[in-house]
Parts: sequence; structure tokens; C-alpha cells
Amino acid sequence: MRYLFLLYGPDEPLPAPGSPAGQQMIHEWRAATDAMARAGVLIDCGPLQPPATATTVQVRDGETLLTDGPAAEIKEQFGGYTLIDCADLDEALRWAATVPAAFNGKVEVRPVVQIPAGDPARAPG
Amino acid sequence: MATVARLVGDLAVAEDGVQDACAAALRQWPAGGMPGNPRAWLISVARHKATDRLRRDSRRGAKEAEAARDGAVLASPPGGLDWASRADDELALILACCHPALDPAVRVPLTLRTVCGLATADIAAAFLVPEPTMAQRLVRAKRKIRDAGIPLRVPPPAELPDRLGGVLRVVYLVFTAGHKPASGDTLVRAGLCEQAIRLARALAGLVPGDPEVAGLLALLLLTDARRAARISDTGDLVLLADQDRSRWDRAKIADGEAMLAAALRTGRPGRYQLQAAIAACHSCAGSAAETDWREIAALYGELLRYEPTPVVAANRAAAVAMADGPAAGLAMLDVVSADRQLARWPQLHIARAELLGRLGRSADAVAAYRTALDLAPAAPERAFITSRIEELSR
Repeated sequence: MRYLFLLYGPDEPLPAPGSPAGQQMIHEWRAATDAMARAGVLIDCGPLQPPATATTVQVRDGETLLTDGPAAEIKEQFGGYTLIDCADLDEALRWAATVPAAFNGKVEVRPVVQIPAGDPARAPG
Repeated sequence: MATVARLVGDLAVAEDGVQDACAAALRQWPAGGMPGNPRAWLISVARHKATDRLRRDSRRGAKEAEAARDGAVLASPPGGLDWASRADDELALILACCHPALDPAVRVPLTLRTVCGLATADIAAAFLVPEPTMAQRLVRAKRKIRDAGIPLRVPPPAELPDRLGGVLRVVYLVFTAGHKPASGDTLVRAGLCEQAIRLARALAGLVPGDPEVAGLLALLLLTDARRAARISDTGDLVLLADQDRSRWDRAKIADGEAMLAAALRTGRPGRYQLQAAIAACHSCAGSAAETDWREIAALYGELLRYEPTPVVAANRAAAVAMADGPAAGLAMLDVVSADRQLARWPQLHIARAELLGRLGRSADAVAAYRTALDLAPAAPERAFITSRIEELSR
């Protein structure tokens, strides 16, 4: 089963890339994702640019509306994602508890809907 | 039910399948005779009906249904329908209903419905919610188990101790829902106590040698043994000190004490063994006067290490009062009642009132009883408090 981790962090700026705090952060992330890759469960992962860089799109009555900013105004920053494929929720939760966001923020574990191969609803590839 | 749930991977569909199979059995067996292995027959028919339903379900394609079913089967240990696999299935089902990913409030009702087979209407009545509300909560919980992939499988041995704690807590809550005084049908609540004991027995069989599982069963047996003496003929609550001990169920007490002794021999104490030991102190006392309160106070002191809650502290204070006199107990209770959360607990004020009464401070006792009344306890306790106020006011 596939699970998407939505990584929420506190609403504060991330440490600068070159700084000691920044390097520590990258190191912790690498450790977590490398472990998932070695276990064969990692499909994809990545950090996101901050919410201020987001643009929200809505189409209503044939008109495309753009908003500057994220879709939901929340205290926490949705800062990254991890997509894994593993046996069941127990395993997904164990992995979720290893990512840094679980320690200083929140990780939402959402199951991806299973669409059978050959079904037109499934994305190609 | 447990086996079909594992084979099908969907609780709601499994339930319907089992129901259909039972209906089919009732139709066919009287005329055609019972099959050689009735249980295997039921499981086979239930499984076929369940997978048929999954295929017909327009929301999910046939392939996905098959994949889900195969996935569930592959995830389960080989062994067909023999005893070990059946016991595993039941344990897996209980664990799934008590999974930490499920809302704590839904775990007890879900266990009652899926594991104990209680009717939704009875569960709704026990929790004082309308039946459609309870039905909706159960539907959502079963959907979560299916859609989020909560496994219907016993977790690896390393994880079992952590998960067992959650299950024991649910069984304990099922029992207290039936045991503590509250409005509602007395018969249904007695049924809850029996269900809890049945579950605890099943767990003791499924996980033999676990002292806390045995401790919980001992606690439930020892507590339930007093049931006949707890309610007077007029339907009022009778305090432990005033109960007619000849109405206690001695067989249950003997059973409970034996379970407790076996658990304590493992040398791995825990909260349920300690609570059972406290219950055993009461059950082995021939009369209220013979109760070893010093031992009970010591046991509550130990229990505080596993359950550092104001409730346990208050119970310990009450036991100290019985052992060393009301003034000592009152001093302890005054410390405990400084806690804002506990101050909202009627039992605390009842306990203070009792001790104040014994010290001859009637006005203070009445005030404490009134505070308890203001906190809106259940009807039997309300009647008890009112009668005590009347006595003191004479």
C-alpha cells in the first residue's frame, strides 16, 4: 500500500543552508530517507519551498482564479512530502516516526487510493 | 468472524458475509443435516459471499477487490483453520479494534460490536447516544481500518507488549462501563461486565504467561464477584463497607485469587496486578472491620508508580484514613484536592465529607457533601449523598 507523508513544521523560517543548524537538518533528513530507501519502501520525497511561494488555482464558471499563497491558512507550514510503498499502516507509522518533522512538527500519514492496473483512472507510467 | 475478517480484509463486508452464512445454515442444516466440520463450512460460505459482495460493489473494481483479498491472505500465516490460526485471528481482530490509529472513543464500541457481537442498539444505549450516531461512528471506524490499511494480523512479538496495553485498557473500560453506577438499563450493563470477563479470558488464553493479562482477568473476577451485594433491594448503591459479604460470589473470588497468584509468581508486577491485589484484600476479609487497610494503602502507594494520577492518590488517602485515622487521611486528601482537575471529582468530596463526619466536624462534612452534589454525580450516588446530609443535619 502506498502512503503519503505530509510533513508539517512550525511556522518559522528554515535554517540557512550553509549554517550549522541547516547542515544538521540536512543530515537528519538524509539519515531518515536513506533508511527508507535501503528498506526498499521509498518511492519519492522532497522539501517544498515555503508557503509564501505558493499559488493557489481555482476554476469557477470557466474562469481561472489565482490566489497568492497556500490553499489553507494554517499555523503550521506544510514543508515537504515523502511517498512510500509498504505492507500496511503499522509499517507506515513506524517509518513516519523516524522523519525529523515528527520530532519538531507533525507528520500526516495519508493512504493513497489503490487503483488497479488497467483502470483508466490510473495515471500512465 | 475473526477468520473471515482476516481472509476478506474488510470488517463490514466480513460481518455481512458471516450473517449470510449463518442464515444459510439455518435454512439448509435442519433439512440436509449438519456438515462434518460446521465451522469450516460457515467460514467457507461466509468468505464466498463476502468476495461476491466485493466484486458486485460498484465503487471498487473486481481486480482491486481480489488484490485486497489476496493481500490479506498473503499477509496471514499459513495453517488454514486449525486452533493456532483461529486464536491468532481472534487476537488480531481485537488488536485491530483497539489500534492506536483509531479514535480512542470508538475502540470500546467497535470491540463490543465486532468482537463481542453486541447489537448496535445495545451499545448505543450503554453509551447514552442515539443509535444512528453510534452506527455512523462504527461505519467510519470500519472504513478507516479498511482504507488506511490497519492490518488484521497479529503484530511481531517485539510490538505485542505495547499493543496489548491498549487492548487491556479497552477491556477494562468495557467492564467499568458496566460496573459503575450510571443511568441506563441494569441488564445491559451486567452484560457488559460479562463481555469484559469473556474478553479477558480469551486474552489470557491467547497470550498465556502475560502477567498483566492475568492480572486484569483477576481484577475483573474479584470485582464482579461483589455485584449481587452492590445494589440494595430498593435499587440504591451499597458501599463496600456495608455490603452483605454472604452475597459475594465465592467461586469467582477463588478463580480471581488463583489467577492473581499465578501472575504475581512471574515477578513482573503492573497496574492490573496491583489493582487485583487491592481487590483481593477486600475479598479475603471476612468483614469490613477485618480489612487490612495498611496493606491496601501500601498497594496504592505502589500503584502510584505505574499510574501517577490524582484518582489513585485519593484512593490511597482514603485507605490511609482507614488505617491511621481520619485526620491522617484528611491531611492527604487536602493535598490531593489542591489539584484543579481532581477537585471536579465528586468522589473526592464524598471521601472528605466521610472523614470530616468521623472527626465530628458535621458542618464541614455537610458542606463537602453539598460540593459533591453540585458536581452532578449519577442518581444512586446522589441519593446516597442526600441521605448522608439528612443524617448529619439532625
